[in-house]
Amino acid sequence: MKALVAVKRVIDYNVKVRVKADNSDVDLANTKMSINPFCEIAVEEAVRLKEAGVVSEIVVVSIGDKSCQEQMRYAMALGADRGVQVEAEGKLNSLDVARILAKVNESENAGIFILGKQAIDSDNNQTGQMLAALLDVPQATFASEVKIADGKAQVTREVDGGLVTVEMDLPAVITTDLRLNEPRFAALPKIMQAKRKPLDVKTLADLGVELTNSVELISVETPAERSGGIKVDSVDALIDKLRNEAQVI
Amino acid sequence: MDFELNEDQIAFADMARSFAQKELEPHAAMWDEEQIFPVDTLKKAGELGFCGLYASEDVGGLGLSRLDASIIFEELAMGCTSTTAYITIHNMSTWMIAEFGNSDTRMDWCPKLTAGEQFASYCLTEPNAGSDAASLKTTARRDGDGYVINGSKIFISGAGSTDVLVVMARTGEAGAKGISAFVVDAKLPGISYGRKEQKMGWNSQPTRMITFDDVRVPASAILGAEGDGFKIAMKGLDGGRINIGACSIGTAQAALQRARDYMLDRSQFGKTLSNFQALQFKIADMTTQLVAARQMIRMAASRLDAGHPDRTVYCAMAKQFATDAGYNIADEALQIFGGNGYIKEYPMERYLRDNRVHRILEGTNEIMRLIIARRALMQDCAKIL
Repeated sequence: MKALVAVKRVIDYNVKVRVKADNSDVDLANTKMSINPFCEIAVEEAVRLKEAGVVSEIVVVSIGDKSCQEQMRYAMALGADRGVQVEAEGKLNSLDVARILAKVNESENAGIFILGKQAIDSDNNQTGQMLAALLDVPQATFASEVKIADGKAQVTREVDGGLVTVEMDLPAVITTDLRLNEPRFAALPKIMQAKRKPLDVKTLADLGVELTNSVELISVETPAERSGGIKVDSVDALIDKLRNEAQVI
Repeated sequence: MDFELNEDQIAFADMARSFAQKELEPHAAMWDEEQIFPVDTLKKAGELGFCGLYASEDVGGLGLSRLDASIIFEELAMGCTSTTAYITIHNMSTWMIAEFGNSDTRMDWCPKLTAGEQFASYCLTEPNAGSDAASLKTTARRDGDGYVINGSKIFISGAGSTDVLVVMARTGEAGAKGISAFVVDAKLPGISYGRKEQKMGWNSQPTRMITFDDVRVPASAILGAEGDGFKIAMKGLDGGRINIGACSIGTAQAALQRARDYMLDRSQFGKTLSNFQALQFKIADMTTQLVAARQMIRMAASRLDAGHPDRTVYCAMAKQFATDAGYNIADEALQIFGGNGYIKEYPMERYLRDNRVHRILEGTNEIMRLIIARRALMQDCAKIL
């Protein structure tokens, strides 16, 4: 069974994000970029499935300019077998990403799709869901445990009330949550070998996809500065503040 | 000419940084305090390739350049100076065996050393042969089909916890030309280890005296030929000096980063420290020194890789400059922390203690100046450019 894993190049999680002066976007000049941590977990899960003999080949897909090859090479250093980069410029909305992935799959016919539940830059949390809809296959989002047997996937999902376990037929889309696994370090020899793994570059025209560009980014704002807290002198005062000022009870 | 890291170097550095942040930095203070040699962590480092960085590939090494290795060591040192310094010594010794050992010796030791399943120590210094290393007294006497080693070595990193020793011993005349290098199983009968030295820093690696009392090794244990030992020892040290310089700048980078964060956070006289020009100038000088030191190390490494005729001089300049700069930056960073810099709650004093010894070992910085001056004053030869 082939696994298709999507990875996204995002601003590194250690970087303190700055907003551009004109509020048009986040400032990416001179910032460190990395693989989206949820995508890294997706790669790790695919590699574990391959080590367990469930998956036979891992194809990693990324959409963007040449720079995203850095993250694809990293995924290959972790254990992905080959890469498909789809060349695209600028910001893409989730639906376009899902449509591109679905198109890529027309020639891949993967048996399982593993994606991060969201990317830490725009936090959309919808690409996996959209991909499942476009492919008309089942989905299990926010996975914290994945078991594959007899053509079915049993996935434990993290939901508001705790955990829920679902079973679905393959092919299916799984999106990863933080606790699914702890990605390994990419060993230095594997980093070197990753350079020699095949990486195909395709254009949107090759795939016959036209972008909808249906989402427009209007403005990016820095979160409001937190004002200092206060001390209350009694439980009654606390309850009063919670009820009347914060309006949470 | 290009001063940017290439794609591989970026990937190596990212991985090394991640390893340093997750596996070294969280434990560094405890290893220092309790003087723990973190063998399990070193083994993990071995699994990831850190133990045979520039040893050749046919014995399990990665065959990387010294420049690549220096970039990796710098990142690791940001997590734990002392542990990284040991890893560099292990790499140097492993390279010496891989480069100069005969085929049996290489295959006996190198695959396990490059994999981090076994560890190596470098044994040159003696109680009466420090800077004057060529005056060493340990002897290796030819006896039948082997050699018998007698003498003592001091300040040996890893001693008592390592598996193999690279030992410089005298097989012939007085002076450098009478010295040979041997690969010695650390558990052989006749080898005894002294007490663990109590040191100012570098506490995550044991340092001991080693005494050799009629230790018999086969003739095949020799590296190169009889009389090559001092040359081999010095070749190892060219790279060793780059490695130690890289440890200094990695440590200085960690210290600088913390000092910078502290300046932005700590307020006195109603404003953060970052508003005081005296400290702004300090951080500017530290940053400049650090960048200069890093370039020196990388240039020397690249000249060593290229086999430049003056590589030894460049390694000496880089070692002296980077270890002095690294120490000064750690000191200034501690100063910015004020009283907090002096207490062990913060890592500033550990950075300083660990970086201090880099000005002494792998050839003191005074010996480095001797090497540089000898070349600078040499007559009838090309200029140093």
